[in-house]
Amino acid sequence: MSLLSYRRVRKSFGTRVVLDSIDLEVDRGQVITLIGASGSGKSTLLRCTNLLEPIDDGEIWFDGVDISEPGRKPDPVRRRIGMVFQSFNLFPHMTVLENVTLAPRKVLGRHRRDADDRARAMLDRFGLADKADDYPDRCSGGQQQRVAIVRALQMDPEVMLLDEITSALDPELVGEVLEVVRGLRGQGMTMLLATHEMAFAREISDQVCFLKDGRIHEHGSPEQIFTMPARQETRDFLARVIASGRM
Amino acid sequence: MTRTDDGAGADAPAPSAPERTRRQQYERRQLVRSIVTAALSTIAFAALLVFVVSRQERWPDVRDAFFDGGVFGDSFRPILEAFWLDVRIFLVCAPCILVFGLLVSLARSTRSPVLFPVRALATVYVDLTRGVPVILWINLIGFGVVALLSSRSFFGGYLFWGGVTLVWTYSAYVSEVFRAGIESIHESQRAGARSLGLSTWQTNRHVVIPQAVRRVVPPLMNDFVSLQKDVALVSLLGPVEALRRADVIQDRTFNFTPFVVAALMFVSVSIPLTRLADHLMAKERRRMSGTAVR
Repeated sequence: MSLLSYRRVRKSFGTRVVLDSIDLEVDRGQVITLIGASGSGKSTLLRCTNLLEPIDDGEIWFDGVDISEPGRKPDPVRRRIGMVFQSFNLFPHMTVLENVTLAPRKVLGRHRRDADDRARAMLDRFGLADKADDYPDRCSGGQQQRVAIVRALQMDPEVMLLDEITSALDPELVGEVLEVVRGLRGQGMTMLLATHEMAFAREISDQVCFLKDGRIHEHGSPEQIFTMPARQETRDFLARVIASGRM
Repeated sequence: MTRTDDGAGADAPAPSAPERTRRQQYERRQLVRSIVTAALSTIAFAALLVFVVSRQERWPDVRDAFFDGGVFGDSFRPILEAFWLDVRIFLVCAPCILVFGLLVSLARSTRSPVLFPVRALATVYVDLTRGVPVILWINLIGFGVVALLSSRSFFGGYLFWGGVTLVWTYSAYVSEVFRAGIESIHESQRAGARSLGLSTWQTNRHVVIPQAVRRVVPPLMNDFVSLQKDVALVSLLGPVEALRRADVIQDRTFNFTPFVVAALMFVSVSIPLTRLADHLMAKERRRMSGTAVR
């Protein structure tokens, strides 16, 4: 059974339909990439998965439970689903260590020392040991985004949602963040990511979904999508990406 | 890597005595020139002022009525002692206002339908309180409630209810400052916190409020500068603080110098407070936008 499954998911903001009958299955350990132009619904799909946005119709199942059921408490679901945002969303008034340990302490009830030890060990693995006591402002964009990833991972999530996590970074900082995602894949983390980094999508994904106007227009292996796209919309999109020099 | 910074610059040429560039010399000349100009213009202006004022026909009357040295000396001490009461009222009321104002702002920021009555009540309180002059509240609560209680205990006293009135009125203003601060925190901060599984309250407690409070320190200082002066309104109810004491002395001497003495005391507190507020605001602005444009 799939870990995550979307069934006819629909979502609109006012009269604008942003997600239109989305069907998608995500198995444990799979990495699925959402590609498509800005406004195609990639981010909204991720935000709906984490219940930051309610859906209008359809169902989202996570580990055998319909999490989109009206009235379901979101907090227990969210603590099992990690999310990383385009603009990091770190807490500027807390040090890196405090950012990373807040949720484990307050939500999981870990003791401070335990939470600190785990956090420092992971920061060390991600090359952030010397940043633990700095404030986010003192870190580069790449460092901040890696801290945000550590912050999500400290909750031991079963799936990670990565929402265009390199889009706000200077080009020379993208690599260090993608390296972290590669590492997560190596450990078998289930991931759903929205990205504009086509080369990376091709390299890391088990499946690629092309979204346009809130619909999944094409869905397949990275080889198929990038070398022989079946649909005209996909071909047009990839042609534009290539023309802009991003692939 | 080991630290060898100390030796690193050894073979570099030793920095020569600070030699100013042409540009720096120009900047320095400009600075000296503006200081000298400002000083000369201030002296000239002050001299003119003194000359004009002292030449006025009624200046001696004014001087005797407001700046009588003898009355100043006699009234300074009693007024200073009474001013200590103002300071104490301020020191007790200010923390109460901070706490109550924050609670009201939180009540207004709730989103749960269960708490609708709380939200409505807080809104009515703020609208009503800010819409009525402080001096009217002093009469209404101070005289009104004390008359109702007709008790002479501490909790029935005018001083207590004067303080309550200040907390009541100022909390409304302060709660609006806090609310502006809370609403200025970007929604992405809530998204970041909620995505980790933190509850609404935990998100407020650990992420939103600490940032909001930091952001509103300068405007809060402004409200506390006004509070420091409005403490004198309590004197309407009878407690003998600086304004009241000055009033009593004025009644006896038919001289207005005691009011000037009291005014100097309020100013001696409010000016440093204002400068502190300015300093904090400038610091915040620098933090947000880098350097100032000349």
